[in-house]
Amino acid sequence: MLSNLNSAVLTEKLVSAALPIAGLLMFLLVWNMSAQRIETSLGQFPGPAEVWEQGGNLVDEHRVQREKAAAFYERQAKRNAEKLAKNPGYVPKQRRFTGKPTFFDQIGTSLVTVMLGFLLAALIAVPIGIMIGLSQSLYSAMNPLIQLLKPVSPLAWLPLVTMVVSAVYVSDDPTVPKSFLNSMITVMLCCIWPTIINTAVGVSGVSQDHVNVSRVLRLGPLTHVYKVVLPSALPMIFTGLRLSLGIAWMVLIAAEMLAQNPGLGKFVWDEFQNGSSNSLGRIMVAVIVIGLIGFLLDRGMLLLQRYLSWDKSATLR
Amino acid sequence: MDQPHLIIDHVSMAFDTPKGSFQALDDVHLKINKGEFISLIGHSGCGKSTVLNIVAGLLQASTGGVVLNGKEVREPGPERAVVFQNHSLFPWLTTYQNVELGVKQVFRGRKSRAEMREWIEHNLAMVHMEHAMDKRPDEISGGMKQRVGIARALAMQPEVLLMDEPFGALDALTRAHLQDSLMEIHAQLGNTVIMITHDVDEAVLLSDRIVMMTNGPSATIGEVLNVDIERPRDRIALSDDPAYNGYRHDVLEFLYEKQRKVEDLGDRRRAAASTPPSTPSPARVA
Repeated sequence: MLSNLNSAVLTEKLVSAALPIAGLLMFLLVWNMSAQRIETSLGQFPGPAEVWEQGGNLVDEHRVQREKAAAFYERQAKRNAEKLAKNPGYVPKQRRFTGKPTFFDQIGTSLVTVMLGFLLAALIAVPIGIMIGLSQSLYSAMNPLIQLLKPVSPLAWLPLVTMVVSAVYVSDDPTVPKSFLNSMITVMLCCIWPTIINTAVGVSGVSQDHVNVSRVLRLGPLTHVYKVVLPSALPMIFTGLRLSLGIAWMVLIAAEMLAQNPGLGKFVWDEFQNGSSNSLGRIMVAVIVIGLIGFLLDRGMLLLQRYLSWDKSATLR
Repeated sequence: MDQPHLIIDHVSMAFDTPKGSFQALDDVHLKINKGEFISLIGHSGCGKSTVLNIVAGLLQASTGGVVLNGKEVREPGPERAVVFQNHSLFPWLTTYQNVELGVKQVFRGRKSRAEMREWIEHNLAMVHMEHAMDKRPDEISGGMKQRVGIARALAMQPEVLLMDEPFGALDALTRAHLQDSLMEIHAQLGNTVIMITHDVDEAVLLSDRIVMMTNGPSATIGEVLNVDIERPRDRIALSDDPAYNGYRHDVLEFLYEKQRKVEDLGDRRRAAASTPPSTPSPARVA
């Protein structure tokens, strides 16, 4: 009886593990079959095998670049040491390695940009959301503006952002490149809205009983927000943040592509312009990596929510 | 005592609704002495909660007002602590923290950290909840939550304890336990209590006076019944007591004969005429 039960549980577990794998295999099969039928001017559309191979190539290229960089810094250190030995007054020059950024460098740039843009958006959106959630009149005043700006595409913002950044951010030795600021601000402008709206909805949905308790206790406005409003609105705030982060990642790729800002978007665009027989395969690698990172970012937010949320029993998906 | 402790002074309440003004309360007038236990009883929708919320300061009366110790009530405050029907504990705070929130507000600068801790523990012990101090509200039963709600209110050392059907959502056994606890606490602390209830037995068992309200709209005080039973009261001994059953009968008669929920307009007029509004029973009025 017990062994029967155990084997039933085991089968169930196996099935639940096998289904996603089956789905994935199915997709690879369909991809492979349709890829063989698509002829482009750059050759046949890459199937899973070619894409896998290009992935390996990208890793190799990255490794080669790193070795070159290491060799460059070693030579530089050696040269400086020799000059210093000959002439003790010599001030060593440190130059940066100027090789082409590899696929993985571009991933790094994109991740930093999206995280900073998203953080900036969250820092602005959550307080605004709390304010308009608490005050019905403020909400009425802001709502049309939010509804108007929410659907604007990043590609519409980008020219404006570029011009404003060029005009305002003038420095001979910029600590952060303008292109980085352009992408970051565009990301911020596009992903701020879901967090504002969801925070406002969460805040205005605080239970009237809890508000009454707070009034009977005569909690000050700040304590009220911190002890009552924030914990109660937290799930909605996180829903907004997750939507925002998803939008931020999508917007970033488009913005980088259009503005030729460093990052994954630029990688895709460069490969497209390059037009070698490998290009499509390399772009497919980028597509998969972009999807994977988007998924991981969302999971990360979910983990953060689970960590911060008071309601550990709530099912989060 | 020349000045009554708490006066609900000719309070009327009209709500603005999309269909026009709705007169919920009409000329509710009641004087309450310090330490008295008052029950408000009446059919649903008769404005009992509105009266309580006006005393709490959560609602402002359209005309008339509430005076506590000679001062008019204008806003909510911890000296008029409320125990809500659905406990209204913050689910993100533990039992201890829920009580602490109020204690910190009331005793800031007057009690040291250690004294506050001791005071919170004392209040939780009073409602027999000291064993669940670090539990969250969703980890304890409904009766326990209501106990914590009472502890939170008591810990603010209120002059008046306002209870909005505090035991309405509990099963009969738990309710009896909590009623006993409440009588114990009331005997010990002597707070003034105003409690809304639907339960005739509960009203007679706990109260010094039962305030029976007429049906809305324009609800007001129909009759006030003095419950002259020696304290401490014992529910089992009282179940055979003719006086106790007499009081029960009076309340039931009011609720189910004079103020039947379904009635025609003529009945209501006659009922209103036979129960002149805003004349509390002279026996208790100072």
